[in-house]
Parts: sequence; structure tokens; C-alpha cells
Amino acid sequence: MVKMTTENNKAKTKISVTNLDFYYSAVQALFDISIDVPAKQVTALIGPSGCGKSTFLRTLNRMNDTIPGTKYDGKIRIDDKDIYAPSTDVVALRKKVGMVFQKSNPFPKSIFDNIAYGPRIHGTKKQSELSEIVEKSLDRSGLWNEVKDRLHKSALKLSGGQQQRLCIARALAVDPEILLMDEPASALDPQATVKIEELIEELRADYTIIIVTHNMQQAARVSGFTAFFYEGKLVEFGETEKLFTKPQKKHTEDYVTGRFG
Amino acid sequence: MKKIVTKEKSIKLIMLLAASTSIFIVLLIFLFLAKEAAPFIFKPGLSELFTARWVPVSFQKESFGILPLVTGSLLVTIIATLIAVPIGVCGAIYISEVATSGERRFLKPFIELLAGIPSVVIGFFGLTVLAPLVKSAFGLQTGLNALTGALLLALMAIPTIVSISEDAIRSVPKSYKEGSLALGASRLETIWKVTTPAALPGIIAASMLGMGRVVGETMAVMMVTGNAAQITASPLESVRTMTATIAAEMGEVPFGSVHYRALFCVGIVLLLLTFTINIIAQRALKKYRDI
Repeated sequence: MVKMTTENNKAKTKISVTNLDFYYSAVQALFDISIDVPAKQVTALIGPSGCGKSTFLRTLNRMNDTIPGTKYDGKIRIDDKDIYAPSTDVVALRKKVGMVFQKSNPFPKSIFDNIAYGPRIHGTKKQSELSEIVEKSLDRSGLWNEVKDRLHKSALKLSGGQQQRLCIARALAVDPEILLMDEPASALDPQATVKIEELIEELRADYTIIIVTHNMQQAARVSGFTAFFYEGKLVEFGETEKLFTKPQKKHTEDYVTGRFG
Repeated sequence: MKKIVTKEKSIKLIMLLAASTSIFIVLLIFLFLAKEAAPFIFKPGLSELFTARWVPVSFQKESFGILPLVTGSLLVTIIATLIAVPIGVCGAIYISEVATSGERRFLKPFIELLAGIPSVVIGFFGLTVLAPLVKSAFGLQTGLNALTGALLLALMAIPTIVSISEDAIRSVPKSYKEGSLALGASRLETIWKVTTPAALPGIIAASMLGMGRVVGETMAVMMVTGNAAQITASPLESVRTMTATIAAEMGEVPFGSVHYRALFCVGIVLLLLTFTINIIAQRALKKYRDI
């Protein structure tokens, strides 16, 4: 079991995971994960394919609930509340914990309706309020100037990078506190990737961001903390700079220096 | 080298022929219908068609007004569609989005089985079960009316609608659903606001195919609609559809007579009606896809 080893405990803990095991039917995917994710920081999850980092990410907003036969054991607390407690309102949880997927997935609707979708289902009806939210969210994701003249055109006509920023804007529109990003730039070209990374940098001040990435340089560039997963276990977790320059574990060192993976 | 080019060209030609076969056939059918119907224009004249009486055999005056047949077909079709589309689409949503895999394995084959029942057999069911039910439910003198016909046709259209809609709904990318759920939408909201709209082109196509089956269906409607050629908007009245008229009268009509020509006119109108439904569906699809 690996405990977080930050020397400066200034960062407040947002998500606290203790002894989490996770199973897809009979297959165990996560083993005894314990981690304290700091608030308003970017935490990167790295590790080779199939190491469980995406599965872990999806336990945090209970997206794994949609897959039949999944089972978990252990505790996940967000703001000191157990999110797997029977009394948990999953709708409220997912409003608070937004998610951006690996492949951008705008709905086949207009740009406006994509952004307004979340606020609408959470009860915002007034057109003026919706317009305001749409503008604010698009502005926040750096897309407003590019799309303000075609808000009512299909979101599917945007470029790949724009679609991904639209998905980020859509997640921001419901005013979350945490943003989960599952390899958000892996399907994008280098320029679009730079834009996403700049955006993450900007959002850091206001949101707790957890980003899964295959790209070690990206983890180094965008994150303050990094967790290294291997075969369903959390091998090492700490400040990104330390983890990359002075890893505690041999395994981590081998991975970050590219000796395997 | 030259040999390969010739071979490619001939293959291309064969494929072109295969692809255009259906166009030829539609044209041929239309030409054939038009040829047989054409003399009607001169005697008794096209205006005869647009009258309200269909009395093809009479000692006094025969009359070939197809309006009652057209309205009969429309009435039955509209009611059947109004019944079949909501049930079919809801069924498809249930099977693809809500049902457990066990329920799905059970439901789907049954619905497909329903599609395979011959329409005469469904007609029997209508005659012996449905018609008496409708009769007693509404306190009528006879259960052979537009409503019974429409119910029966809905029954026949539902499997088509369910089957094709379900394919459409199931092929909606999982990423759309996940995107919606991740924003805090419930399963029902996701189905209603994301999955179904995304599958709408397929659902419209399914409904149109169902409607096509309803318009063209002959045997079952002939057995249960009462076959009274009258203009009415009431589902509880007996009506006579275009298809039933052709099927019932074609066998006994003297070749080349005015009545014979009139039946071909009915055939043309029926063809035009199905074309119109198709065109409307195409328009609806195009409009939806432009968004």
C-alpha cells in the first residue's frame, strides 16, 4: 500500500481513496488503491495500457456503475462524503465531478444545445440564463471567438480539437468542482494538444483536475502531482517533479525514463 | 493490360445493370398501369374519378368515384400509424436500452415471429376476436369498421417498426450515452434527450416502412373493415380501402371494361400515395440531418 508522501501538506485533500479494490465480474482491475488527491491541483495518472488508470478515474464519478457486473470494495470520499454510500445522489455526484472522454463526444446537436444540455437537465429553463452559461463556458474553454457566429450549427462540424474543447465547455457548464479527463488529447494533433494543455493550465486555479495520460511529457508539463499505476496497483504518488526526477521506486524510474511501457 | 480493362468495364456494366434493375421495374410497373388505365381519360373522363360514389356494377348508373376509397385508405392508415409508431418506438427503446439480456433474448424473436404471420391468419384473428371486442366496447352494430382494420394493421406494422428502430437505437454510439450520464443526466433523460434523437433518422425510416406496409396491406383489411365505400372520418364506420377494392373486384371484372380501367386508376393513385409518403420521409430525414 502506498500512502501519499507530500512533505508540504499545504494542499487540501479533495478526494480521499482508501483501500479501493475494483472488479469487472471476476477480474480484479484495481488492488488496494489509497490516494489523497489535492484540491485545485492537476493530478496526472500515468502507467502502461491496461494498468487500471482509466478504471480508477471512472470510479470517481461512478461511471463504472453503467457496466454490468462491476464490484468494488473500499472507500472513496469526496469532500469527506462517501460517494458509494447508499444515500449518494449519483446525479448530484456527476454534476460535481465532470468528465471529459478520450474521444471527443459532442452530441449530434447544435453547439448551443450541447453546452445547454447539462444546465437544462439540472433545471435551468430561462433562455437568457442558458445563453449566459453557454457564453461563459465557451469563453472559459477558449472556444467562444471561434464559434460565436455559429452557435446553432451542428457541433459535429467542428474540428477534432474544437470538439474536445466543446466537451470541456460542456462539462464546465454544469459548474463542477472536479474535472476528470481520460486522455483528452490522445486523439488530437500537436497544435490542438497544446491548446488543451493551455486550457488545463488555466482551469487549474478553479478546479481539481485529474488527467489520465499516456504521454509522460504531457504529465510533466501539466500536472503538479503524478500517480504511477502498474497492473492495477498504485506504485507511487507524489509531486510530479519529484516523481520524475527522484522516483522512490525502481519501477517508477524504469517507466518514467522509458525503460519499459 | 487491355484484357483487364475490358474485364473491369464489363463488371462495372453488370453492376450498373443490377443497380438499375429496380428503377426499370418501377418504371415498367408504372407504364403498365398507365397503359391499362389510360382509356379511362377519354371515357368516362378523369373527372369521374373525383366523385364520391364508387358503384362499379349497377343496372341504373355506374359510378367510379374513388374518393371514398382514398379516404378509406387514409383513415385506416393514419389511425394505424398513430397506434403503431408510439408502441413500436417505445418497444424498441425498451428492448435496446432497458431490457435485461434475458428479456431481450425472449422478446426479439417473438416480435419477429409476429412479422412472419400471414396476413390472412391475422385477418382471421381480427374477424373472430378483435371485431367482436370493438363491437361490444363501443356498442356498435358491427365490429367491421376502420378502427378494427387499423388495429389489425398496427399489429402488423409494429414488428417492422420495432425491429428497425431497435437497430437504429442500438447503433447510437456508446460515447453519446456516457457523455450524457457523465453530465448527471438520469438514464431516462439520456434515452429521451440523447439516444432517441440521435437514432431519429432510423426511427423515421422504420415508421415509414411500417406505414408502407399499412398502406399496401390488402387481405386483413378486406376481411375486417366492412368494405362500405363511403366517405367518413369516423373510425367506427365501415370503410373500404383502395387495396381491398382492387383485390376484391379485379377477379370478376370484364377485361377492358370501364370498371377494369377504373381499378387501374386506383392502382396508380395507390402508387402515388406510397411515393408521397416516401418523399415526405426523405424530406424529414434531410431536414433533420442538416441540423
